[in-house]
Amino acid sequence: MRNRIVRVVLCAIALALPCAAPFAAPPAERAPDTMQARVMGCAACHGAHGEGTDNDYFPRLAGKPAGYLYNQLVAFRDGGRSYPPMNYLLAYLPDAYLKQIAEFFAHEHPPYPPPATPKVDAAMLALGKSLVTNGDASRKVPACAACHGASLTGMQPAIPGLVGLHADYISAQLGAFRYGTRRAASPDCMHDIASRLDERDITAIAAWLAAQPAPANPTPAAPSSLPLACGSVPH
Amino acid sequence: MRKLRSLIPTMPLPAWVSTRAQTCARSATLAVALCCAGTALVHAQSGAPSANSADAAAAAAAAASANARPVASNAELLVRGEYLARAGDCIACHTVPSQKMFGGGRPMETPFGTLYTPNISSDKQYGIGAWSADAFYRMLHEGKSRDGTLLYPAMPFASYTKVTRADSDAIYAYLQSTPPVHQPNRPHTLRFPYNQRKLLLGWRALFFRAGEFKPDPKQSVEWNRGAYLVEGLGHCTMCHTEINALGGNTASKEFQGGLIPLQNWYAPSLTSNKEAGLGDWSIDDIVDLLHAGVSNRGAVYGPMAEVVYDSFQYLTEDDVRAVAVYLKSLPGHSSEVDTSPKSPFVTEEANRLAPLGKKIYDAQCAECHAAEGQGKLPNFPPLANNQSIQMNSAVNPIRMVLNGGYAPGTKKNPMPYGMPPFAQLLSDEEVAAVVTYIRTAWGNHGAPVSEKEVNALRSAPLF
Repeated sequence: MRNRIVRVVLCAIALALPCAAPFAAPPAERAPDTMQARVMGCAACHGAHGEGTDNDYFPRLAGKPAGYLYNQLVAFRDGGRSYPPMNYLLAYLPDAYLKQIAEFFAHEHPPYPPPATPKVDAAMLALGKSLVTNGDASRKVPACAACHGASLTGMQPAIPGLVGLHADYISAQLGAFRYGTRRAASPDCMHDIASRLDERDITAIAAWLAAQPAPANPTPAAPSSLPLACGSVPH
Repeated sequence: MRKLRSLIPTMPLPAWVSTRAQTCARSATLAVALCCAGTALVHAQSGAPSANSADAAAAAAAAASANARPVASNAELLVRGEYLARAGDCIACHTVPSQKMFGGGRPMETPFGTLYTPNISSDKQYGIGAWSADAFYRMLHEGKSRDGTLLYPAMPFASYTKVTRADSDAIYAYLQSTPPVHQPNRPHTLRFPYNQRKLLLGWRALFFRAGEFKPDPKQSVEWNRGAYLVEGLGHCTMCHTEINALGGNTASKEFQGGLIPLQNWYAPSLTSNKEAGLGDWSIDDIVDLLHAGVSNRGAVYGPMAEVVYDSFQYLTEDDVRAVAVYLKSLPGHSSEVDTSPKSPFVTEEANRLAPLGKKIYDAQCAECHAAEGQGKLPNFPPLANNQSIQMNSAVNPIRMVLNGGYAPGTKKNPMPYGMPPFAQLLSDEEVAAVVTYIRTAWGNHGAPVSEKEVNALRSAPLF
């Protein structure tokens, strides 16, 4: 207020003077009032549009269902997922804002990266494909596609797409689910499933998923019944 | 977890706490409570959170009439108690994020081992449900638990001792009204000899003086309210005063800033020193910073983001303004800033790193902080003439570049902007260069930083 008064007085003086110089400095530039500008804190690792980066462990966020992204943001904030740089950044952000961040990335659709060239042999790829598309009934392992969508683009409202991720990221997440360092709401279905997989299965699944081309339609599948109960997915 | 903050000291204990908890530290506590719960203690004095409540005369009158007044309304008392508990930031240390409120159990790492904050819910077995209001007041005022056990100074009783009996009773009543959390306390894991509480007698002799806040009749009601909040419930000194070798706050350096041990963030000076403290800040800027989390002079980050998130945003603007008025009255000291002429080596180092720093700044930073470091206010903070960037300690600017940070989401700023981390993108030399550049460009008078300093902070705890 005082500044404003000073400014007005100064302007008045300036106007009164012959050859008054232009008004004081132009109004200072403000930060754009957009979500895009607000999530620049995420961009260095996840890309400006959530497309991910070359780093194996910074996943694509774009197009994943908002319910899934929101659950992850809350888990990082509250400790359900442990990755200190993320835990730190989100520590003091309220639920309502985390929802907006989740919605923002859910509605972004940047191009997918080119599929990775598999570093495993054909037998491993075949195993990966089989587990992803058919599962293994003998071990009570459902097909990934049963929940993550027939085209693996996820399922509304809270199951993530699996395409466009690096193999190392997928394999790290399956390991984290298995060992309980990544936890989801109970019943934690991914913990149950990952616990039934061995190292070879995980390597195979990760390699095959990372080698898949971009889906023709990146939209997550509509909600449908799941082969097992998952606490993160509302019923 | 989110906050792991604090540490506490133990014995010769430092009184600080570390971790984000610093904030917490603030709150900490052991609390206890008491009896009478909600009954009648009302007081009027600060009646609500009004800025004027701490005035001397008012305080005295309130104290006198407190117990005499009818229980105006229990609901009113609880609201006041909740407000005061926010001002003391009890929740930050006594609640593990996402777990039950006031259930305690939050770890506070210290150089002497780990302290676990106690359960201060109304549970009769594990919390303070069986405490009396007298016991609760004694805990706040004297730093002793219900059974007489001396508290570790991670619980800021050296500040809370200034809280009035009426306010203590309100907080007590509020805690007693919270749901009981039937969860046992976790024993501290302090190493010998720090687990010997007798040692606390020495710390107390050096650093603790019990005594309620005494208003200064020569000052305004607003100033007194601010002083009461800053020195009492706010326990600002826990972080903003240097911790000495014995783990206490050095009185002669009060509010001149200090490094928070283990946590590795530097709590800046709050005095009116223009280069290091708030001398150049307007009251409005201080209010914005504390109430919204962002201001035209800078944003809160690190442990202070937690303080704003858990505590300041819930206070009335009048109270926050009172805090600002009091802080602005703290005298500055020329010794707060290193004004010795820069050695040729320092100048040479700055000149060596600056060109690379400018190149990185233009590519990575200028989009938000603007070409001349003026920022885009208030959401993209200014770097030019920003005490936080150029102060003696370079810890904060280095950590901001490495770790980034979001301002807290508050009632006044519910959708904060954030800075990305650069630890994964820039080498030690590049971080040193860009931090050196922002500390020396645009009239800033900071000293250059070295790759070694940067490297050491890569492993600083984030959470």
